[in-house]
Amino acid sequence: MKQKLVVIGNGMTPGRALERIFDADPDAYDVTIFNAEPRVNYDRIMLSPLLSGEKTYEEIIIHGDGWYIDRGIMLYKGFKVDRIDRRARIVYSGDDESAKYDKLLIATGSNPIVIPVPGHDKQGVVTYRDYDDVEAMLWATQRGQSAVVIGGGLLGLEAAAGLAMQGMKVTVVHLMPTLMERQLDPAAGHLLQKAVEDRGITVLTEANTKEILGGPSVEGVLLDDGTELAADLVVMAVGIRPSVNVAQEAGLEINRGVVVDNRMRTSDPNILAVGECAEFENDVYGLVAPLYQMANVAAETLLGDRTGKPFEKQVLATQLKVTGIDLYSAGDFEGGDDREEIVLRDARRSIYRRLVIAENKLIGTVLYGDTANNSWYLQLIRSGDDISDFRDTMMFGPGYADGQSADVAVASLPDEVEICGCNGVCKGTIVSAINEHDLSTVDEVRTYTKASSSCGTCTGLVEQLLTLTLGDDYKPKAAGAVCACTDLGHDDVRRLIEVQRLQSIPDVMQSLHWKSSEGCAKCRPALNYYLLSTWPGIYKDDQQSRFINERVHANIQKDGTYSVVPRMWGGVTSADELRAIADVVDKFEIPTVKLTGGQRIDMLGVRKEDLPAVWADLGDAGLVSGHAYGKALRTVKTCVGTEWCRFGTQDSTGLGVRIEKFMWSCWTPAKVKMAVSGCPRNCAEATCKDVGVVCVESGYEVHIGGGSGLTVRQTELLSKVASEDEVMEIVAAVVQLYRLQGHYLERMYKWLVRVGIESIKEAVVDDSKRRKELYDGFVHSQSFSQRNPWSERVNGVDAHEFQPLAELDLVEVV
Amino acid sequence: MGASEWRLIGNLADIPRSGARRVRIGEVEVGVFRTANDQLFALEDVCPHLGGPLSEGIVHGNSVTCPLHNLVIDLESGQSVDPEPKCVRSCMIRLEGDQIYLSDADLRELATKQLS
Repeated sequence: MKQKLVVIGNGMTPGRALERIFDADPDAYDVTIFNAEPRVNYDRIMLSPLLSGEKTYEEIIIHGDGWYIDRGIMLYKGFKVDRIDRRARIVYSGDDESAKYDKLLIATGSNPIVIPVPGHDKQGVVTYRDYDDVEAMLWATQRGQSAVVIGGGLLGLEAAAGLAMQGMKVTVVHLMPTLMERQLDPAAGHLLQKAVEDRGITVLTEANTKEILGGPSVEGVLLDDGTELAADLVVMAVGIRPSVNVAQEAGLEINRGVVVDNRMRTSDPNILAVGECAEFENDVYGLVAPLYQMANVAAETLLGDRTGKPFEKQVLATQLKVTGIDLYSAGDFEGGDDREEIVLRDARRSIYRRLVIAENKLIGTVLYGDTANNSWYLQLIRSGDDISDFRDTMMFGPGYADGQSADVAVASLPDEVEICGCNGVCKGTIVSAINEHDLSTVDEVRTYTKASSSCGTCTGLVEQLLTLTLGDDYKPKAAGAVCACTDLGHDDVRRLIEVQRLQSIPDVMQSLHWKSSEGCAKCRPALNYYLLSTWPGIYKDDQQSRFINERVHANIQKDGTYSVVPRMWGGVTSADELRAIADVVDKFEIPTVKLTGGQRIDMLGVRKEDLPAVWADLGDAGLVSGHAYGKALRTVKTCVGTEWCRFGTQDSTGLGVRIEKFMWSCWTPAKVKMAVSGCPRNCAEATCKDVGVVCVESGYEVHIGGGSGLTVRQTELLSKVASEDEVMEIVAAVVQLYRLQGHYLERMYKWLVRVGIESIKEAVVDDSKRRKELYDGFVHSQSFSQRNPWSERVNGVDAHEFQPLAELDLVEVV
Repeated sequence: MGASEWRLIGNLADIPRSGARRVRIGEVEVGVFRTANDQLFALEDVCPHLGGPLSEGIVHGNSVTCPLHNLVIDLESGQSVDPEPKCVRSCMIRLEGDQIYLSDADLRELATKQLS
């Protein structure tokens, strides 16, 4: 019978241990996981990019639900274990859930430290530890303006940078005279402080928090010196401590963490511990590389495999994850009488390097501004090699150690140097994977070796290895470029199309030095849109540069059939329309009819060759294309408003129909969904749409930039106006501005975050001349664009698209 | 060129530049691709990833990108570009004047393999 393994905690470390166990022997254990967080295993290193908006939650999931299902793992989400009965070998979560174990793996992680100042339990005081904290912070960015971050260490600065990128006014309160004083000497601390302040963040040093002010919710922070700071959000980022309660109550040996031996066993041989809660030889680890090492050792122990290396004390390295600020430290970088230091400081270039040496060995380093040589230094610290021979050039990197030039730095690294600390991948492994599998991109290296797939800070080194191995064949993708065909970003391409008056795709590719002769499936649709929106009436739409859905005006489904959605203006329909739809469904044997979220009807499973006939029949009843397939205006959802509703303040249905009839069939960077609600009860859910109008007694609120897909985001108020005509003008103007500024496939809310609501207000609210220009531009574009593509197709435009070129008789062949 | 070795499927003008059309033979569909510089290729119209109709994809250079999940297939070799190459079966194609022919033997093989 299979042994039972119970895991408490579902972070990255137990996740890696389980991966190893299932890779080696899928039948070794029946696994049950209790996770106090109500979710799957995600990449905690990526919380800062999540907070800043550079990543989404989906992008940082390591194991999706399917991973657990495929392995038969029982995952309790949101269940905290509160008792371990070691004699009966059962863990309990509350009164209702329990699980029996043969082996138990404790991975409870750590808890953030909350300073017990008065007011620390007010609403709006959060720590920075898990996804819930990030959600709380993001929620706060929606409603408040200012945030105070207590703690100017690694986590505090990452939180501050993320909140600033979300548009908050952020103050960092730090107890010591300079930031990150453990890693940086005062001069370097000032370099860092300046870089942080350049991001619009205020830094207060030597500042001690006395009290957190406010009612039930936080309103401010009072410092020892009497300073009061306004705050809608307070983030405490002052440190963490191992979470050991449940292990302690079970009577396991505890020091700071749960004490483990070099095979990750606790004082009970049936119980192992890994991760931030585990203590090995008086050290507790908090970084992913040593924790993954623990995971590997624990997996081997659980599999009864004693061939692997036991766990050893690790040299630690850490990196600040704030985009644009590079800070790296490794090993023991504290000063001391027995230590020598070599320091390079270049304030103008914002570069700082410190090497700490003891007994002719490198024991620690701090690098700021330029961290390119970090893996070489880490390797020297780990190996403990005598550095006397190259001590005088060591500061400049490995290239100089043998009298070579700097650009061969990576070349001179030995094969066993670890490039990716997170996943333990050495240079040799990467180089041989590049050669054996003909890899040519960083993504491919990630697929094959896992290098650079966790925190990504070694991406530069992986790129250097690609350059080194492939020579000129390796073409790195420039940051923010439209695609691999060009180094230019979306904004540059848009601008150059306009100023150089480029009016066709070949023109753009020629003038802007495209690297591929005909582009690719990424840039061609983007260019087609940019040309279409910049030159309405002049540019001829290139059908071959559109995705199939837009080419055939229907949505391709996974089996190659299509779905058809006719427009229902404002979600209003009639008996005639419904009858026509019913007839079409019968006539063409359409298998599924479904109501969509946008108040209309979807017919799914239509054969491609039937599409023109389906459209013809729908067209006879007056139904036109709903553009459910396009980067275009989708729906305008409405509630019934004053016509029927006792709460209605305006004719929301009528206004929705008017907007949709005015704006349908315009192309946009990404899909645009709208809604009109008849009162602030908001039954049409207007405040999570790209454009939402909320009617009130005195007029109309126009909101923009909501979303309820991958990202759920509330709209921001653009303006309040008194009449329907003003609504029409402002909505058309803001959509036109988005049409001209948006990057292809960039939803309206992402555009809003990128350019800022203020710049949008300036153009379409404050400046009536500019608003009129935008409105007129939209109307001009609609004069070419507003037509029913279905009827054109019914009338024979590109009819070939729907029929096979030839049907050959099988009998002749066989 | 004997009539039995090659089968006429249509004219060059029937396929848009940087586009594709399908040819149906029994249960099997073959995608016929025309590149921007008028090279022709014929591949089984089934993406090796999850079976998407390749002929509906965007044609760029000598490649096509599958419309379902963006796998890029090299039209010349029938191989996907990355990360682990998978192969689509192809069919010999030739242009005589402006008439397009497919290899009867290849079509036969595609059709029978599909049946078995």
